[in-house]
Amino acid sequence: MQLEQLYQEIILDHYKKPRGRGLREPYEAQVRHVNPTCGDEVDLRVHLVDGTVADVSYEGMGCSISQASASVLHELMVGRTVTDALSRVDRFTEMISSRGEVVPDEAVLDDGIAFVGVAKYPARVKCALLSWMAFKDATVQALAAEGGAA
Amino acid sequence: MTATTLHEGMPDYGSDVPPLDVERIRADFPILSREVNGRRLVYLDSANTSQKPRQVIEAMREHFELHNANVARSVHTLGTESTAAYEGAREKVARFINAPSASEVVFTKNATEAINLVAYAFLGASLDKSADPRFRLGPGDEIVITEMEHHSNIVPWQLLCERTGATLRWFGITDNGRLDESTLDDLINPRTKLVSMVLVSNILGTANATSRIHDRIREVGALFMLDASQAVPHRPVDVVGYDADFVAFTGHKMLGPTGIGVLWGRGELLAAMPPFLGGGSMIETVTMERSTFASPPARFEAGTPPIAEAVGLGAAVDYLTAVGMESIMWHEKALTAYALQELRAVPGLRIFGPQVPVGRGGTISFDLAGVHPHDVGQVLDAEGVQVRVGHHCARPTCMRFGVPATTRVSLYLYNTTEEVDVLVKALDRVRGVFG
Repeated sequence: MQLEQLYQEIILDHYKKPRGRGLREPYEAQVRHVNPTCGDEVDLRVHLVDGTVADVSYEGMGCSISQASASVLHELMVGRTVTDALSRVDRFTEMISSRGEVVPDEAVLDDGIAFVGVAKYPARVKCALLSWMAFKDATVQALAAEGGAA
Repeated sequence: MTATTLHEGMPDYGSDVPPLDVERIRADFPILSREVNGRRLVYLDSANTSQKPRQVIEAMREHFELHNANVARSVHTLGTESTAAYEGAREKVARFINAPSASEVVFTKNATEAINLVAYAFLGASLDKSADPRFRLGPGDEIVITEMEHHSNIVPWQLLCERTGATLRWFGITDNGRLDESTLDDLINPRTKLVSMVLVSNILGTANATSRIHDRIREVGALFMLDASQAVPHRPVDVVGYDADFVAFTGHKMLGPTGIGVLWGRGELLAAMPPFLGGGSMIETVTMERSTFASPPARFEAGTPPIAEAVGLGAAVDYLTAVGMESIMWHEKALTAYALQELRAVPGLRIFGPQVPVGRGGTISFDLAGVHPHDVGQVLDAEGVQVRVGHHCARPTCMRFGVPATTRVSLYLYNTTEEVDVLVKALDRVRGVFG
């Protein structure tokens, strides 16, 4: 496995120029997810409007894989319906946990396909998944809060 | 190996300390000849776990092939041989750390369990009014640790203090990565029941001086525990010389196998401690009403112990003794001096901990500006260089220096200056990828 397949240009670009970084108002749920083995952290907020992801804002520290993956997540999810967004989280999780067996679909994951190389590095899978799991968690919490308020 | 000169005025190899024949030593470690990602393996992660020489691997294989049986309960020949091997290993370890008696050496699972054993002795005693008062804790009592501890010498004491109402207090760290002793007389006071501190830091490499702390501990009548996990593998450690009460270390960092650690304790204190785990081998007699307990060390070794692991650890001790701990220490000192000098020359590299090869071991943590340690470790791995990245189970130390993680290089008897050169060159590639 060549190192270049792991650190693709797309990943390095998102790492150096993260999209949508910073915590913003308004939001319905905020979560903090940590990777206890390496100390990586992400604080992530989700803002939902009429069943659509209006914003994903985040702040965190960690390696290039974890930070770039949060940026890709932001770009991919904003503007999508919650159902669509959560199904894309599942597809990303499936790809990244497949040890390289699943060929990713660019139409579904956009820049997320760049992380296919990570699937071959088990130690880095958790880095790539950190913000995606945080997004799923926050979205479920936001939906629950919405349901509770209705 | 390239000759290395130490800083002027520094102590040099004593004339009575034979230099290491590193190539001969390397030939004893089969793993060192393998490749990683198409490159020659450069193993710089011995503070995490050390590699094992053929002699240790062979001793364990021979035990399984010829002598395997349970210990301390069999009348048959194999049982007798296994028991002799297990107790023989205890005697080897005792001699290695200059313990007055082999019965003061308790085999545990690892250093973590050794520290927990002492913490649970305090907890058990605190629940028993008739227990030895030196182990009884309550509100107002204090335990002192340091900010440079491994989590294994933090969490057991946090739990103990939460459960007994005692207070946990901490020595700080100076900017140079040394223990801050300026508050010594306040930190260690008549309320102090125990001071537990690391001898050599697993993240900063700092080798702590203990004499002032020891004297204050004796003045106030507290107990003194040393986490020597990163010391015993690398330098001569004499438990009598340190005048400690408890010393914990682990087998797998000193060329031995995983699954075995050591608690050395002063015999008189071990005898005053309640049991840790209950079960077979640790009892004197058991009735349906109550049990009475064996004398140490058996009291603290419930169940079938790590027998083959003890044999392996014994072989590791033999190996280290044959090479000579003084020689290993000086080899690492020279190598550390070289590594510090070469790493300091890498642009953007910041070393945490002592910058000079004095009062430190061969563990060097650093930050490379703008690159997360995970990414550093990944690129180094592509070059065959194995280092540890993360918080090294010493998160308070990382917080002290304001970083979530570091890259850590740790050196041992089988490492060479050429390997340091490979590391430094690989760091150039890291900067290339992320520059």
